[in-house]
Amino acid sequence: MNPLLILPILIPLVTAILALLFREARNVQRALSLLGALGLFGASAGLMFDVRRNGIQAAQVGNWPAPYGITLVADLFGAIMVLLAGIIAMAVVTYSLVSVDAKREEFGYHSLIHFLLMGVCGSFLTGDLFNLYVWFEVMLMGSFVLMALGGERGQMEGAIKYVTLNLLSSAMFLSALGLLYAMAGTLNMADLADKFSDISASQPYGVVTTLAMLFMVAFGIKAAVFPLFFWLPASYHTPPAAISALFAGLLTKVGVYALIRVFTLIFVQDAGFTHNLILIIAGLTMVSGVLGAVAQKEFRRVLSFHIVSQIGYMIMGLGLFTPLALAGSVFYIAHHIIVKTNLFLISGAVEKLGRTPVLKKLGGLYQAQPMLAILFLVPAMSLAGLPPLSGFFAKLSLARAGLETGQYIIVSIMLGVSLLTLFSMLKLWNEAFWKPLPASAIGSGGAAGMGNLHTWLISVAFLAAITVLIGIGAGSFFSIALLAGEQLMNPQDYIQAVLGGAR
Amino acid sequence: MEIVLAFVIGGLFAASVYMLLRRSLVKLLIGLALLSHSANLLIFTSVKLTRGSPPVIGMNATALREPFADPLPQALILTAIVISFGVMAFALALAFRAYRSVGTDDLDRMKSTDD
Repeated sequence: MNPLLILPILIPLVTAILALLFREARNVQRALSLLGALGLFGASAGLMFDVRRNGIQAAQVGNWPAPYGITLVADLFGAIMVLLAGIIAMAVVTYSLVSVDAKREEFGYHSLIHFLLMGVCGSFLTGDLFNLYVWFEVMLMGSFVLMALGGERGQMEGAIKYVTLNLLSSAMFLSALGLLYAMAGTLNMADLADKFSDISASQPYGVVTTLAMLFMVAFGIKAAVFPLFFWLPASYHTPPAAISALFAGLLTKVGVYALIRVFTLIFVQDAGFTHNLILIIAGLTMVSGVLGAVAQKEFRRVLSFHIVSQIGYMIMGLGLFTPLALAGSVFYIAHHIIVKTNLFLISGAVEKLGRTPVLKKLGGLYQAQPMLAILFLVPAMSLAGLPPLSGFFAKLSLARAGLETGQYIIVSIMLGVSLLTLFSMLKLWNEAFWKPLPASAIGSGGAAGMGNLHTWLISVAFLAAITVLIGIGAGSFFSIALLAGEQLMNPQDYIQAVLGGAR
Repeated sequence: MEIVLAFVIGGLFAASVYMLLRRSLVKLLIGLALLSHSANLLIFTSVKLTRGSPPVIGMNATALREPFADPLPQALILTAIVISFGVMAFALALAFRAYRSVGTDDLDRMKSTDD
C-alpha cells in the first residue's frame, strides 16, 4: 500500500488531536499547527509527484479487495486538489498565527482547521461514494464550528443559514446514495463506473437521469451553483478573514470536485441532457454571481459573490465535456483556489487597517500601504483574467474548448462576465486603495495603527508568487491539467487502478 | 410493506420541508431532524425489506442461504444515524447560542449583516 495516499489524511488528524491536547499551551499549539500544515504540504507534493510519474495510485485500507474494502484513489485531478489543499493550509495557518485572536485559539481553532483539512483531503482521495459522504460530514462539522467560533451576532446568523442548507444537501446526498445502492448494489466509484452502463440500460427510461439530478442538487448546494448559492454570500463574510479564506478556497471546490467526479465516472450515459443542463447552470451561475457582486458594498461580500460567479466557469468545463474543457476546469480550479484565498486574506488586512468592511468608509490604502495595494492587484487582475497571470490562461483554455465544440453562447457569456469581474475588481481597487480616506473616517484611526503589517503579508505574498508562477509557466502547468482532463474523460485507467485483477 | 413505508417516507419528507420553511428556529431544527430520519428510512426501504433471514452463515453451512437480508444498508444507516446525532447536537447548541445573542427565534429577523 502506498503510504502517500494515507498521509494527507493522517497528518491533519494527528495534528488536530495533538493541538487539542495542548489547548492550554498556546505556543505549542501554534507550532504544532504550522508543522502539521507543512507536513501536509510535503505529503501532498510527494503524492503529486508520485501520481505524475507512476500513474493513478490506489490503496485498499484494511486489505479487503476493491469493491468491498475502503478504497483510496489518487488520479491526477485528485492529487492536484490535495496539493492545493496543502498549499492553502500552509498559507492560512501562517496567516492565522498573526490574525486570529487568542480566545479563538484557546477554543481549539487550530485543531478545528486541521479536522477540516482532513475532511477535505479525505473527500479528494476516497474512491467510495459513501465514504465521500462521511468525509463531507467531517469537513462540514469542522466548518460549522469554525463558522460559529467566537459567537458574534453576525456569525450566529450566518452559521444558522450555513448549517441548515448544508444539512439539507447532506440529506439529499444520503437519499441519492440509498437509491443508487438499490439500483447498482455497490457504491465503489470505480465499480459503479465499470457496471453502470449495463445497469442504466436495464432501468426504466429516465430513472437514472432522475437519480443524477438528485446528485446534482446535493453537490450543487455544496458547490454553490445557481439557484442554490444563497447560503454562501449570507455567511462567508461573518467569520474572521483567515476562516473565510479557508472556506472560500477549499469548501465549495469540494462540491465542484464531487460534481466533476460523479458526472465523469458514473452519470455519463445521458450526457446530452445532464451535461447540457450543467452548461446552462454554469452560464446562469456566472451571470447571477457577478451581477450580485456589482450590487454589494462590502469588501468580502463582493468577493463572496465572485466565488459564485467563478463556480460557473469551473462547471462550464464539465458541461462542455471534452478533454480540453475538463483540463480548463482543472486549471481554473487550481487558479481560483490560490487567487480567491489570497483575496480573502487581503480583505482581512484591509478590514483590520480600515476598521470597517464597508467600501464607502475605506480609502487611502495605496498611500498608506503601497505593498498591500500591489499585492492586491496581482490576484485581482488574475481573477479578472488579465495576461500574463494565471486567470488568463484558465479562461483561454475554457474559451477555446467552448469554441471547438461550437457553444458560442456560453463563450460570449463567459467573456462578458470577465469584463464585469474586471469592473468589480476595479471598484474594490478604487474604493479601498485609490480614493483618499473619507473625511468622516480620519478621526477614527483610519489607516494607521496596525503594528507589523509585514507578518500579515507573508502568506499573501506567497500566494501571489504562486499566481505569477502559474502565469509564467502556464505551458507546463497546463500540460498536467490536460493529462488530468484526459484521465477524467477515459475512466478505464481509474477503474483498472482500483479494481485491478478483481474484474 | 414497501408501499406503506414509501408513503411514510414521503410524508416525513413533506413534513420536514414544511418545518424547514417555518420562521421559527426550533421548528427549523425539528425539520432537520425529520429530514435525516426520512433519508435513513429511504435507504432502509429502497433495498427491499427481507424479513426473518439474517445474513448469518449457519453452524453447518459454508455459504449464505437465499434469501438473506442485505446487511450493508443497515451499516450505512447506522453510520448516518451517528453522524446526524452529532450534527443535531451541534445544531441545538448553535440554535441556543443564536437565540441568546440575537434575542429572537424568528429567522426573518436574523439579517443584521444583510443590508
